[in-house]
Amino acid sequence: MTPPLLYALAGVALFSIGVGGLITAAHLLRQVLSFNVAGSGVFLFLVAMAYRTPGPFPDPVPHAMVLTGIVVAVSATALALLLICIRHESTARSATGEDDRP
Amino acid sequence: MIAPDPTIGDPWWVWVIAGPLAAACAMAVFRKLSAAFGLLAGLIIAGLAARLILLVAEAGAVKTEIGGWAAPLGIELMADGLSAGMLGITALVGMIISIYAAAYFRPHDGADPSNPPPTLFWPLWMFLWAALNALFLSADIFNMYVTLELMGLSAVALTALSREPAAVSAALRYLLVSLLGSLSYLMGVALLYGAFGTLGLASLAAELTPAPAALAALALMSAGLMMKAALFPLHFWLPPAHAAAPAPVSALLSALVVKASFYLLLRLWFDAFGPAATAAAALIPGVLGAVAVLWGSVQALSAQRLKMLVAYSTVAQLGYLFLVFPLAAAEGARGTAWCAAIYFVIAHACAKAAVFLAAGNVLIGFGHDRIEELRGAVQDLPVSMFGFAVAGVSLIGLPPSGGFIAKWLFVTAAIDAGQWPLAAVVVAGGLLSTAYIFRFFSRAFAHVTEKHSCCRVHPAMEWSALALALCALALGLTAPPVIGLFQVGPPLLETAAMGGRP
Repeated sequence: MTPPLLYALAGVALFSIGVGGLITAAHLLRQVLSFNVAGSGVFLFLVAMAYRTPGPFPDPVPHAMVLTGIVVAVSATALALLLICIRHESTARSATGEDDRP
Repeated sequence: MIAPDPTIGDPWWVWVIAGPLAAACAMAVFRKLSAAFGLLAGLIIAGLAARLILLVAEAGAVKTEIGGWAAPLGIELMADGLSAGMLGITALVGMIISIYAAAYFRPHDGADPSNPPPTLFWPLWMFLWAALNALFLSADIFNMYVTLELMGLSAVALTALSREPAAVSAALRYLLVSLLGSLSYLMGVALLYGAFGTLGLASLAAELTPAPAALAALALMSAGLMMKAALFPLHFWLPPAHAAAPAPVSALLSALVVKASFYLLLRLWFDAFGPAATAAAALIPGVLGAVAVLWGSVQALSAQRLKMLVAYSTVAQLGYLFLVFPLAAAEGARGTAWCAAIYFVIAHACAKAAVFLAAGNVLIGFGHDRIEELRGAVQDLPVSMFGFAVAGVSLIGLPPSGGFIAKWLFVTAAIDAGQWPLAAVVVAGGLLSTAYIFRFFSRAFAHVTEKHSCCRVHPAMEWSALALALCALALGLTAPPVIGLFQVGPPLLETAAMGGRP
């Protein structure tokens, strides 16, 4: 097993763990953390993809994608945390259990 | 090293993206003038979009590299008929909703705690508009991811604008679903890049083979986008979010934001994934779409609140869009099905925005939107209710409306493809939508003698709802030129075959 393949598989595993957590976790903070784990998985997979070009230099495009992706993930996490804080202030609870169906 | 070419300036139509971003920045400095900036920017964007439509209709698809940096490190933008048309409908609906919002978020004399701070709506809406325009002009799948996230984040922030617990909860659920969807999409992008070494839609279309990596990428990206487009059974986040948001935001979300995810699906399935998107794969979105039509309609029938009814109607109407995939997979029905989906997108954008604005007027006028207690609403809000009725005609699909043309094309495509069950679903969905629309009409248009206590609703808010409804109606009469515009330019396959830039 080559190192890039190992990294790529680890990335897929992290992504799966994160997605699983996002779906099953009941607590909002855990869901936000799961999203970050899944995001790291995707980024690791992308970094492993940079090995696809032969020669000593890795492909720069996946790196550019990961940098952009990290910025997006940080902004999304910030927004999620802010919403959790607002919600916590008004309800003093932080589980998604609330039902607002018709 | 690819150096930027200083002789190439960016074409003027880049301003449909840069314009709203500039306006959002200006709003951060001059907060009190937000609404004025918003309306001005809206007019300019609408003008540019109209000019781009004329350019594309005349000269065919155009493309550019921002700052002269070539792909893959630079950003490539492309406008064909589909992009320009989506840009146009966004500008039309966005402009009318902006006028509504200027009245909705106007400063009140007495500080009304139920109204959110009016200054925050405008920069967020400008970010959303920039993201939508950039998404429609994107020519590569990674840029599409970035614009998808920009759109999602601004849409979530808009949903939570009122800061009420129900709205914040709905926004959080929306955010988490949206993030899961876009991560899944990004994983697909990574797989495609690993397998084919390219991100451009045109080069992907040329190089894609039905390899396992391509199939996995198609599955991941489609699942992510279907989640964001609220396809049954991944629609659970949509009704609370769309119902809890302020009226102009509900209209934007239902009319434009969910359509953007569907636009990406269309691009991927028809342009990039040609060889991998087989008839068997196309059956999955088709069946889920058919279930969504029936399930959403039944939920709308049993909704207690008007905004919930309208939101579930969105779930049902989005279901129709996904019928395009199995229909287009059948030889002979491809063109008709594609036109049907496009026409459905624009007709629903106008009609649903009108209905949400009218529902917002009901909420402001009566202070609640419980359907059972809205008997005789037409006596207090005649213009809004007339707008609701006209838009309802398009939602049901009665002639002469945009909705009728779209459903007619869908039924034609289903018959051409020999897929009779889908034709039956379209007809059954039409009957169910008649039932839920008339469930509200039978109350709203009832004759009552006692007066409601009704606050005054700003005339601009009433008339903008009616204007959007009339647009939906007018789309029933303008089908040939509109469909002609959407068909301009590639399927990207043509540009890829011509070589483009080495």
